[in-house]
Amino acid sequence: MAKKNLFDPNPSGFIEHDHNNDGLDRRGFLKCMAWAGTGALCVMQGGVLKSFALPSQKGSEMKSHKMGGLSFVQISDSHMGFNKPANPDVIATLKAAVDKINGLPEQPEFLLHTGDISHLSKPEEFDNVDQILKATNKEIFFVPGEHDVLNDDGAMFRERYAKNSRGQGWYSFDKNGVHFVGLVNVMNLKAGGLGTLGHDQLEWLEDDVKHLKSSTPIVVFTHMPLWTVYPQWGWGTEDSAQALSYLKKFGSVTVLNGHIHQTMQKVEGNVTFHTAFSTAFPQPAPGKAEGPGPMKVPAEQLRSVLGITDVNYVQGQHALAVVDSSLV
Amino acid sequence: MSKKLFFSGLAVTLSMALAAVLLVRPTQAKSEDAKASPTEVRVDNFTFGPDTLTVPVNSTVTWINKDDVPHVIASNDGVFKSKALDTDDKYSYTFSKAGTYPYYCSIHPKMVGKIVVQ
Repeated sequence: MAKKNLFDPNPSGFIEHDHNNDGLDRRGFLKCMAWAGTGALCVMQGGVLKSFALPSQKGSEMKSHKMGGLSFVQISDSHMGFNKPANPDVIATLKAAVDKINGLPEQPEFLLHTGDISHLSKPEEFDNVDQILKATNKEIFFVPGEHDVLNDDGAMFRERYAKNSRGQGWYSFDKNGVHFVGLVNVMNLKAGGLGTLGHDQLEWLEDDVKHLKSSTPIVVFTHMPLWTVYPQWGWGTEDSAQALSYLKKFGSVTVLNGHIHQTMQKVEGNVTFHTAFSTAFPQPAPGKAEGPGPMKVPAEQLRSVLGITDVNYVQGQHALAVVDSSLV
Repeated sequence: MSKKLFFSGLAVTLSMALAAVLLVRPTQAKSEDAKASPTEVRVDNFTFGPDTLTVPVNSTVTWINKDDVPHVIASNDGVFKSKALDTDDKYSYTFSKAGTYPYYCSIHPKMVGKIVVQ
């Protein structure tokens, strides 16, 4: 694909019906989103949707550091310890993800891991992941997946990865003017329900963001989706609407999650929801299989359905650019 | 070959044959159990099979996980809860009182089932 000029008002040709004269139409946007999983970049600039193919990232367009911004990488669902046919070597694919991160033209300042670090919450599984991720030389922020809190209500997870967190492991921090909130939605799940944040965490969240300026970009990262992707498979969070109501005043909210082992993106008002690749194995698209279990693909295709997510924030721009790239 | 040696050889052969029969028998019994045990729940493809199981009082129900991911068997009312069951792991609970016991997988809460004890 030819390199796109960042300042071309309609770089992809995706804007077909610009009803509001804002450089954005719904069909074009969805079309652009469909690219996201295969290596395209969609970015909003002053309300205008821009898109260009991933290889152009090697050029100068996204040098967010130089523009006073921030670059970080999300990885998810390492499932260390998993050894079934869908991926008999999750160590190798996590190492490939690390190579991918280390090869990025613009080095991220830190990493987010959105849970399911381990497959069975075993200390040796956590040890393996720690050892492999050390090669990135980056600070890493974690939230737990349900596989990380299996037999001890998350005590080992918090001891290792969230020592200064509140409650069951939630916390927030600031980087380059962006406010990050790590939420836990994999504990105290109720029969028949979805992911849950719970009363205490919601109260904390309300308080945590209350004093921030509405111009502060917010990044929420958590394991299960905060939007209802597919309730039949439990892919959502019961009380996410309450959480999002506390974030209404902010101009830019980016929600990053894992859990469903495939990329997907949705924009609702000021909020962009994004689910990331796993580094271990893919899962079927919603409703496209009898159940949500690990999906076996031909060995030579495996690394094309695993990957990392690179996120760039350029100061003064409306939304963060979220870019998925597969391991190959 | 002396007769004594022949007979002791025969005895060894016979006892080996007997051992073989004894070894084979439990295996056969086991596979029949797996087919039609009235107190087993198979956890397969994120569902409980059967999702409702009716058993007499004092029955021991065994769940076996046939999925590639772990599951946790948990009673809705906190009556029983397994550790995480990896592939082919089993969990058993004996129901000593009549009643209906709804349960779910505490990490995949869309998975629900119940045991009816009569």
